[in-house]
Amino acid sequence: MGNIFNEMLNPDGSVRGHYSQIHDWVGSLSKANVERALKEAEGIFRRLGITFAVYGSEEASERLIPFDIIPRVFAAAEWRRLTIGIEQRVRAINAFLHDLYHRQEILRAGRIPKDIILQNSAFVPQMVGLTPPRGVYAHIIGVDIVRVSETEFYVLEDNCRTPSGVSYMLEDREAMMFLFPDLFKSHRVAPVENYPAMLRQTLESVAPAGAGSEPTIALLTPGIHNSAFFEHAFLADEMGVELCEGSDLFVEDGYLYMRTTQEPKRVDVVYRRIDDAYIDPLTFRPESTLGVPGLFDLYRAGRVTLVNAPGTGIADDKSIYTYIPDVIEFYTGEKPILKNVPTWRCGEPKDLTYVLDHLAELVIKEVHGSGGYGMLVGPTSSAKEIEDFRSRLKATPKNYIAQPTLALSASPTFTTAGVASRHIDLRPFVLTGERVRITPGGLTRVALKDGSLVVNSSQGGGTKDTWVLED
Amino acid sequence: MLGRTASSLFWMSRYIERAENMARLLEVGYRISLMPRAVEGHRDEWLSTLTSAACQASYFGKHKDITTKNIIHHLLFDDDNPSSVRTCLKTARNNGRAVRTALTRDVWESLNGTWNEFVQIKPGSITTDRLPGFLDWIKQRAMLFRGALLGTMLRHDTYFFSQLGTFIERADNTARILDVKYYILLPKPSDVGSDVDIQQWATVLRSVSAHRSYRWFYRDSTYRPWLVAEFLILREEMPRSLTFCYQWITRSLDGLAEDYGKSYGCQREASEIYARLEAGKMDDIFQSGLHEFLQDFVKANNQLAAEIAQTYNFP
Repeated sequence: MGNIFNEMLNPDGSVRGHYSQIHDWVGSLSKANVERALKEAEGIFRRLGITFAVYGSEEASERLIPFDIIPRVFAAAEWRRLTIGIEQRVRAINAFLHDLYHRQEILRAGRIPKDIILQNSAFVPQMVGLTPPRGVYAHIIGVDIVRVSETEFYVLEDNCRTPSGVSYMLEDREAMMFLFPDLFKSHRVAPVENYPAMLRQTLESVAPAGAGSEPTIALLTPGIHNSAFFEHAFLADEMGVELCEGSDLFVEDGYLYMRTTQEPKRVDVVYRRIDDAYIDPLTFRPESTLGVPGLFDLYRAGRVTLVNAPGTGIADDKSIYTYIPDVIEFYTGEKPILKNVPTWRCGEPKDLTYVLDHLAELVIKEVHGSGGYGMLVGPTSSAKEIEDFRSRLKATPKNYIAQPTLALSASPTFTTAGVASRHIDLRPFVLTGERVRITPGGLTRVALKDGSLVVNSSQGGGTKDTWVLED
Repeated sequence: MLGRTASSLFWMSRYIERAENMARLLEVGYRISLMPRAVEGHRDEWLSTLTSAACQASYFGKHKDITTKNIIHHLLFDDDNPSSVRTCLKTARNNGRAVRTALTRDVWESLNGTWNEFVQIKPGSITTDRLPGFLDWIKQRAMLFRGALLGTMLRHDTYFFSQLGTFIERADNTARILDVKYYILLPKPSDVGSDVDIQQWATVLRSVSAHRSYRWFYRDSTYRPWLVAEFLILREEMPRSLTFCYQWITRSLDGLAEDYGKSYGCQREASEIYARLEAGKMDDIFQSGLHEFLQDFVKANNQLAAEIAQTYNFP
């Protein structure tokens, strides 16, 4: 790996301007201070019930995501540049989705091979010809971005389905304001607290035409055993909307209703946090008990809005990812501002040969995987892990893509051995309704193990509060 | 409010009440097992604890013999026992978690804090000498929950559904404890009034925290079966009596009817049960059989719970 960009320090060791106070503050903290703060923070999170379920680990089925008290800071100008790139990407993705489910100009133009879209399980043929309110498909996107230098940012993934993590963004800020109020007096940190209100406005703005001026919104969750249940409950509470499971909703006489203790109540917008395949057993997976029978027909008839729209997964599928720069150019006529990571498609023989020869240098990901499961980080893997992966890769090469190991930027982080540099990424949250809105900040994930590049919470990553300083 | 929310509120309170009652029953069983003459009677006393807690079947499904250690584990920590304190606290919290948005922060934190502390405790560490302190802790946590509920929840449907869960469970529990003593532990005619007999009645009162209030109330130093039964069934002053529970059940159901502007069969049914209890006389109850009376009551109580669930669209 080449030079690692240090978020706080310049290459000559001097402190970047927007970090100057944080740098001094970190220096002034004693180990005892930090331990007390972390303990208090843990108390706050535990008490609130902010936990994260880890699939496949029995004893710790409910865990806290580790929280680091040193914030990640963006200067106002840096952030502005970044948001321009994000907005460009998000607008292009919505245009792309609209096109794929209508005239498919981009396929006709030959910019993306037809098969890769039409044969893709994330493409939902039932969406063809349907135009959701305001033409918006991916209302909520969490773009995963890594930084490699002062000005270079790469997008790792677009997360257009049901991105999670926004509750950590909000709670990390709460915790920081509680633990270190003085830091907020000495910095002008752009607020993130109005995210739930913005989300609610976004959902209201895409209500179906017949919904009236105060549309009813429901958040549809798979239930308490889902790993992100806490977030579902948290957002429903913050927005003041009902948190529903599939069995709480039913379709009757052409409308969607909630089962209440009184008369059934009509629902206009469903912010669903369950996957496409489960939303309606009559249209998609018949064995699903999480969804609502008949929901998709109502959606097609324009009686209810689903957020995000079904079929958005085609835009963040890892096999489509490599085409997103073309997508941006095709719909905006502009060069992409944010870069894509160079990617080898293991399904292509030439690429596969290269990947097999360079496994120890590359990151290999499953095309349909998420959450850091089923991936190989070559440089930090043992010879045995690499060989095991090699045989999996050879068996089904089409299931994998490979990318160079990026030198993710590093940020000062508290560890058991004191302050040390740890790799981080960023997931800003983007809302699209009437207009595109990007919350100033987002979720910064940090790989807590020395040298590790895996920031996923399911793999032992932690989070940091993310600050955007105002001018 | 969603029907599921109402259901979760109901079961949240019901399971906390059940956890508390389980702690009380264990406390009594433990006291008796300490008594000098308990050596030979040991088995029977734990058996009656199991019976009162309705955990006989689940216990003997796993254990052949009664041992203090196994009983404690089964009633406190066993995941396979649907009424163990662990299962109750977990289910109560899961229900609370599912309706987090309907709860005040105090109520949620009491539930969540209890569970987080409970899971830190290693079952093996609760040896008999540490048991009383641990049972006290369980009771205190249940009381904290109830205090948070009473002190912070708005008096509307959320509150009424939680109260219904508490009092339906409590009524069931009181009736069952009384019935177990009266019917299953029925002494041989020669033992009526014997030490064992009196001690068992004392046990019943203790398990509902009423052994002292009985003395104050009746100004009597002896536990008399008739009076104990009257105390636990008819006396509105006694906060775990059937009449008291039904006073609160009817109040909560009337509250719902008023809130929603609509009254249903369950309101009528509860009022009828309450009216029968209010007009009840111990003479009549004993005449027609206390056991039959209690059996009928438990059945009617269960039916009412089912009726409430149906009326308010519990899933």
